[in-house]
Amino acid sequence: MSFELFSNLVGAFFTLCIFSFLYKDNPFYQMSEQLLVGISLGYGLVFTYERIFIPFVWQPIVFKHNFILIIPTILGALYLFRFSRKLGWLSRYPIAFSMMSVGMGVPLGIHASILVQMRQGMVPLETVNLFLIFIGTIAVLLYFFFSKAHSGTYGKFVNVGKWYMMIGFGASFGMTVMARISLLIGRIQFLVNDVLGLLK
Amino acid sequence: MKRNLPLFFAFFCGLLVIVSEFIPHRPFSMMIDTLQEWFMIISGFAIILGQISLFQSNINKIKQKDSGWMFYLAGLLSFILMLLVGLFWGTQETGGLFGHGVSLQANLGMKPFDYLFEFAYMPLSSTMFSLLAFFIASAAYRAFIIRSFESNLLMLTAVIVILGRTSFGSMLTGWLPESVRFWHLPNLSDFIMEYPNSAAQRAIMISAALGIIGSSLRIILGIERSYLGSDK
Repeated sequence: MSFELFSNLVGAFFTLCIFSFLYKDNPFYQMSEQLLVGISLGYGLVFTYERIFIPFVWQPIVFKHNFILIIPTILGALYLFRFSRKLGWLSRYPIAFSMMSVGMGVPLGIHASILVQMRQGMVPLETVNLFLIFIGTIAVLLYFFFSKAHSGTYGKFVNVGKWYMMIGFGASFGMTVMARISLLIGRIQFLVNDVLGLLK
Repeated sequence: MKRNLPLFFAFFCGLLVIVSEFIPHRPFSMMIDTLQEWFMIISGFAIILGQISLFQSNINKIKQKDSGWMFYLAGLLSFILMLLVGLFWGTQETGGLFGHGVSLQANLGMKPFDYLFEFAYMPLSSTMFSLLAFFIASAAYRAFIIRSFESNLLMLTAVIVILGRTSFGSMLTGWLPESVRFWHLPNLSDFIMEYPNSAAQRAIMISAALGIIGSSLRIILGIERSYLGSDK
């Protein structure tokens, strides 16, 4: 048995273990589930070490003598006090520092998600399709405006926003299903082509 | 010290980031570059915290011999194996503590870390996600079909988008004459994606951004404090 075939058989075994869940929950599935968690964890830790610890901590401090980076390293290490009952409060400092990402969300949200979207929505309504987009955007925005009761003519207009949202959710759902099905096709191709060698 | 200083810390960092977006010059630009580098380092420790936490919980389950403890043991061993292999011989781009493992590479065809990724992680993760194809379809059928006009609209759109993106959908309506090409499923699917879907996604994006800005300001100003946890 060639090494390539052995490797493919290992992959096929894991694939079939996961698919066995379609019948019912079983030990093979449970083992594969835990293996996936373990391997993902190991993968994540190695990447954290290689992509963060080495280039941002080890190399600048040890080789470039950029000792100021000891401060965020200590601050980050305070996270580990989460496990201590007495000193658990120390882990609030790195969490509070991480709130700068929340601050980043404010200008980013104003620019990318509001101003750019509004600019693209407010174009001359030269075609029916552009009018459809404009009406839909206004109707959906009004649907989220709760200071006025959704009744009468206003309520009917807001209902149009609900239809638009349903179409949007349906489209997203369809795309998600398609993505999952393409993964499924990939796995079946792997079993049929690479392992069994039936379609070459 | 326990609550107020972290709150001030969050206020200062959050405000500095906002101000630097509007004044992208020194000293703010310099400060924000430094803070972003610090943020990377600190988030690295957050990842480690999560992994230690999961490691601990698995160890406890194994110690207490919970039901299925041997599966947790298998998970733990796979974690240790992946970690050691990555640290000893490195990943595709970088070497590890023992170099690049040339002899191992010659046998496996790639580095041991990449080998495990290719033949263990990839089949497991992609099969796990493909499994959802079965459940998502049956769950959607049960949840949406003939409940209300809106749920039918959602289901119908999903069916049109799915069929419109496959050759089967193209075959189904391929016989339609040129004058009614709009109803050809791929065209209908493109229309839905480009117009009603764009309108809905745009409005949802604007609404979500307003919500995010509101929540962010609440956190920066110290009105929302739940992220600090309780003192008990």
